[in-house]
Amino acid sequence: MSLVGAKVLRKEDPRLLTGTGTFVDDLSPARCAFAQFVTSTEAHARVASIDARAALAMDGVVGVWTAADLTQYPDLPGGLPDLERPVLARNIVRFAGEPVAVVVADDRYLAADAAAAIDIEYQRLDAVTTIDRAVADDAPVLFPAHSSNVITVVPTMDDLERELGRCDARASLHVVNQRCAAVPIEPMACLADWRRDDVTLWATFQAPHHLRNYLASWLDIAQVRCRVIAPDVGGGFGSKIVWYPELFLAPLLSKWTGRPVKFAQTRSEAMVQMNHGRDQVHDIDVGFDRDGTIKALRMVVSQNLGAYPDPTGLGLPVLTTWMAAGCYRIPKVSTSFRTVVTNTTPVAAYRGAGRPEAAYSVERVVDLVARRTGLDPAEVRRRNFIGPSSFPYETHNEAVVYDSGDFPAALVECLRLVDYDAVRAEQAARRDDPDAPLIGVGLSSWLEIAGFGPNGSLEGFGHLASWESAQVRIAPDGSATVFSGSSPHGQGHETTFAQIASDELGISFDRIDVRFGDTATVIQGIGTMGSRGVPTSGSAVKSASARILERAKKIAAHLLEAAEEDLVVADDAFHVRGSPGKNVGWSDVAWASFQPLRLPPELPAGSLEERLFQESPNFSYPSGAYACVVEIDRSTGRIDIRTMVLVDDCGRVINPLLAEGQVHGGVAQGIAQALFEAMEYDEDGQPVTASLLDYLVPSAPDLPGYIAGRIVTECPNNPLGAKGIGESGAVGAPAAVVNAVVDALSGFGVEHVDMPITPEKVWRLMAAGR
Amino acid sequence: MARSVDVSITVNGRRATRAIDVRTLLVHFLREHERLTGTHVGCDTSNCGACTVLLDGEAVKSCTLLAIQVDGQDVTTVEGLTGPYDGFGAVQEGFRQCHGLQCGYCTPGMVMAATGLLATNADPTEAEIRMALKGNMCRCTGYQMIVDSVRWAAEHPLPGD
Repeated sequence: MSLVGAKVLRKEDPRLLTGTGTFVDDLSPARCAFAQFVTSTEAHARVASIDARAALAMDGVVGVWTAADLTQYPDLPGGLPDLERPVLARNIVRFAGEPVAVVVADDRYLAADAAAAIDIEYQRLDAVTTIDRAVADDAPVLFPAHSSNVITVVPTMDDLERELGRCDARASLHVVNQRCAAVPIEPMACLADWRRDDVTLWATFQAPHHLRNYLASWLDIAQVRCRVIAPDVGGGFGSKIVWYPELFLAPLLSKWTGRPVKFAQTRSEAMVQMNHGRDQVHDIDVGFDRDGTIKALRMVVSQNLGAYPDPTGLGLPVLTTWMAAGCYRIPKVSTSFRTVVTNTTPVAAYRGAGRPEAAYSVERVVDLVARRTGLDPAEVRRRNFIGPSSFPYETHNEAVVYDSGDFPAALVECLRLVDYDAVRAEQAARRDDPDAPLIGVGLSSWLEIAGFGPNGSLEGFGHLASWESAQVRIAPDGSATVFSGSSPHGQGHETTFAQIASDELGISFDRIDVRFGDTATVIQGIGTMGSRGVPTSGSAVKSASARILERAKKIAAHLLEAAEEDLVVADDAFHVRGSPGKNVGWSDVAWASFQPLRLPPELPAGSLEERLFQESPNFSYPSGAYACVVEIDRSTGRIDIRTMVLVDDCGRVINPLLAEGQVHGGVAQGIAQALFEAMEYDEDGQPVTASLLDYLVPSAPDLPGYIAGRIVTECPNNPLGAKGIGESGAVGAPAAVVNAVVDALSGFGVEHVDMPITPEKVWRLMAAGR
Repeated sequence: MARSVDVSITVNGRRATRAIDVRTLLVHFLREHERLTGTHVGCDTSNCGACTVLLDGEAVKSCTLLAIQVDGQDVTTVEGLTGPYDGFGAVQEGFRQCHGLQCGYCTPGMVMAATGLLATNADPTEAEIRMALKGNMCRCTGYQMIVDSVRWAAEHPLPGD
């Protein structure tokens, strides 16, 4: 029986359900000291003085360090010239929460006491938090050497004014895709232990090899002296692939103090110190004909980078503009973008990273076209879809060639599951009943770019390469270990990769172990991000397993005195086709693989071990159709999601249980962005949503149940035919929810509402539109 | 140490008597003194519930209590759960069967909160489950499968049920 496609229960669960998992803060080596940062209370200021005398006099305090102690070390890696981020603020602080000093003490309570006793005097400078303010002529400049807060500009070759003017009608939309925080439930944590010449860093991180590569270089030590371990990682969502000061400082603090040093962020620290996501503003113009055909689309993107340009942050608008046209055949598409620094926490990847922003805007535009033409939103989608026989489909950007899909079929399935016509009828019946809640239904036919990827796709974000590594090793008893360069944080690699290897090798699932997350045991790896776990890393496991099987068959054929091509592998044994009872167990084959006297002459001993680096010729393009039905209370503006339908196409599914779990989680974050979450600042640059009291992460009563459907168009560009699923929900959900709310409010003349759509916003719109 | 006090807390059936800093939070007493690291910390405002344990059978947030406040009382952590499912309790088995966890960081708190719920309401509705878990945040699952997990546990208190 094939395990690929089966609902297999997870190998990860027993340890995580019994409290025997290992997260970084669970580790406490002997003599472990604790680091605490002193962070800026100002958004933009000159650091006039730092007085650590009182802290240094406290019992249990080991030391205090500032930028002055780091002069022989470079700034954090990956920055642009003149715009690098110092490890600890040097003279100037550029966002509230920026680390200025670090104290090490015997335990976390004493470290917190000491940090509170450090006196830093600031001379305030004017701060800017929004793109509009940052680009104003009189705006304070964050990096005087750069002279402007605009960091990169990619203009368009053609503004499409001519095409827009030729259409029957045109419309404009100004969309704010607000700043969000990833909020993995485990905040950043790391533990460094420097012993003589070697350093080990445990970090809650999505890409331990990426970190090892940069850390060794930053410390100027050989990579063999620098081991990075990502143990169990408590969620990431993109926020754990970027360079935080603690990852580089902790090893030095351990070296300087001669003790292991641990840092574990509090949530309030994490809310301002972990990178934020989204924070784009779009100005969109669309030209269309009376029949709803979209002829031209112009998208101008402004990206708020926060205080320091992060390589991933700089890439966000690239991905947004690549995916600007979504799943529609739009003859003329023009995109441009600029990136801008402000006195806020740096912005980088957050689940979807640039693609939720694109999908949201184009899906809002399609609904706007439906409104202006008087057509049903489902019909406008149908009239503009790229057809299922149009793949590979070349888009407005040469880097983006859609692989496969069936957008009309996904929408049909979605409309069926939500019972679209019945909802529309109910909506019409309620419209004139002042006591009944308003009903709205929203659709989102979304598409994203995933499966990073092809050569060059991750190098642009500072990664070593874009392949993923897998190593498969058969033990002498015929059990197998799979080593992956992709280190997970909840995705279930131990399970899905074992399913893939089990099918390929014919070795039982229970006899396959999957390992990752340690640079000492996996030679090189890239990481888990960009929905690449299954399409890229899983494909690597499949390819490596296939090569092992080829050699194992030679050994089995030799032992059985049979022809290789007559062998089939199943249930931990090699069987000769057509000769019942003639077989040899995987354990015998594995045992023989280490015995030269039992091997065919062309095979050396120990050949049942394979390492490969899986490349992909193209990205993958997961897609889907989501529908949301909301009810809105007319007197309070309260929004309730009544139905949430999710039809996904992630290509071949390895484990439907885990795939559905990924979709649910992404959708929850998408709904949260649509209705609840926003990272906000006051005019002075003080964050006003920097705790879980103020930043509204939804809990169980805030979210609906989900109705999941699926269509499958396989990805032609990897051996599994898989497209990736990690980001899908977060890409597709916001537009479905917002389109539903706007639909419910259509009777009040509402054509757009920016996220998060709070009851207050809805109430005000209803009051104004009455 | 600011001021040392003696506390005696029964943790998972075993009495632990220690001299601790008077300001030690219960969660740090469990994690750092008892070395029971299954109970996690995810926030500092009592919102996330990753630190949920049972105090005399009732689900509480161990980051919001000083260890000294529970002197003489009985605490159960995720490490103390046992049951008929190959050593797992029904709630743990429900989470396994229904994919009620992904990264696993919030999971011990979720499992303890659900255990507390089923102790007082053996057959909760979906809405009751969602309300009972409102103080526990999960960023991975979107909650549907957590709700399914708790329902599974309610329907299968013993294997074969």
